[in-house]
Amino acid sequence: MSFDFAVILAKGPQILAGLGVTILIWVAGTILAAALGFLVATARRYGGRLADLVLSVPVEVLRGTPFLVQIFLLYFGGPYIGLRLDPIAAGLLGLSVYGAAYYAEIFRAGFQSVPPGHSEAADCVGLTRIQTILHVQLPEMALLVLPPSMNMAVILLKETALLSLITVPEMTMTVQAIGSQQYAFVESIVVLALVYWALVELANFLGRVAERRLSTYSA
Amino acid sequence: MTQPAISVRNVSKRFGETLVLKDINLEVPRGQVSCLIGPSGSGKSTLLRCMAFLEEASAGMIEIEGEPLGFSEKDGKRRRQTAAELRRTRSKIGMVFQQFNLWPHMTALGNVSMALRRVRGLSRKDAEERAMAQLVKVGLEARAGHYPSQLSGGQQQRVAIARALALDPTIMLFDEPTSALDPELTGEVLNVMRALADEGMTMVVVTHEIGFAASVGNNVCFLDHGQLLFHDTPEAVFAAPRHPRLEQFLDTYLDRGAQMLR
Repeated sequence: MSFDFAVILAKGPQILAGLGVTILIWVAGTILAAALGFLVATARRYGGRLADLVLSVPVEVLRGTPFLVQIFLLYFGGPYIGLRLDPIAAGLLGLSVYGAAYYAEIFRAGFQSVPPGHSEAADCVGLTRIQTILHVQLPEMALLVLPPSMNMAVILLKETALLSLITVPEMTMTVQAIGSQQYAFVESIVVLALVYWALVELANFLGRVAERRLSTYSA
Repeated sequence: MTQPAISVRNVSKRFGETLVLKDINLEVPRGQVSCLIGPSGSGKSTLLRCMAFLEEASAGMIEIEGEPLGFSEKDGKRRRQTAAELRRTRSKIGMVFQQFNLWPHMTALGNVSMALRRVRGLSRKDAEERAMAQLVKVGLEARAGHYPSQLSGGQQQRVAIARALALDPTIMLFDEPTSALDPELTGEVLNVMRALADEGMTMVVVTHEIGFAASVGNNVCFLDHGQLLFHDTPEAVFAAPRHPRLEQFLDTYLDRGAQMLR
């Protein structure tokens, strides 16, 4: 038995289209997840005890169930409550919400890492709560939350492969389809693995660059 | 009598079961330096933090130049002020912390100019010009571009003083401003504070520097176990015969520059 990558690579344009969908859902999903997670963490910290309690439920449920189960519920269960989404929209929404639960925890730890005195100093010079969060707390926690945030981004990239199961035309679905058509199943999986790995390495590299830039002021 | 800078009326504060301030009454006169001294746990820092509304008094009222701080009183009931009302009253106060509390991701200039830009709405250029003038005042114009982690403790505290002064407060509160500094760096901070006192700034200083309290202070308040035991001029407070509790307290300072009082 010999590997024949030529039949896979001949479908380059199709693979690139799948890669494009993967990157789009990944980048957009991660940004939305981080933004939503930050809002949830902020609401849990400053919204009073009730908001904290209420928001802890979805966070725990989303972190306590498999992503695959969540997207099946969203895509196949959604129509029962009138939520009809096309595969890409469902995939993007599912990924954002799933990631948000983890980002909420990352930012919660971030808020805790900022010494209370730094916020008190901001209060005393008249900054509003929102200004304090944006100009003092968020930049101060940046260095601490960056590594787990990049880690989460990498996990989200790999989770996008599961979206093939709700027929999102992303890379895994595209390459697997090519593999079955061409009877080159293993080759297709190898190509898939290499492309994901390259993306992960790229993300890690960008994370290290960001970390270096942020660490200029730390002792 | 003219209106006091700060008036504290029947203020009590409890943390859970512990009563850390017991019915404090105090008027801080304008243009004077009032020092709060007392042993650790006496409540002096808590009282100062109440004056900036960083702690909420459990009972009683605090007024800053006649304006209620944090709570408004109506028909004998206290109502929590809105964030905007609190900010307005608090704008008369500058606060300096024991741990400096500079923002580590901003340079000295950034720390001082921040509120000028974000609160006062000055342009970056105008804010930095005014911030620089404050840094000159504390002798740190050459360190404007340094991050807090690149400054000594004494320099950080002077930046923190400049940050508070930049907003033109009429009252400056100092919470043990030299307690986190080694003795060599204490002097440079005390000098800045002394210069500020000479300009006639109203200052309330929680301090363990009894020498500073005696030489710069116009009033000395001695707190013990949450009670304001007495409040007088340093001459009267430190003159013999002293209150036995103060005598006991001062004994612990004999090696810290308080010999001059003997």
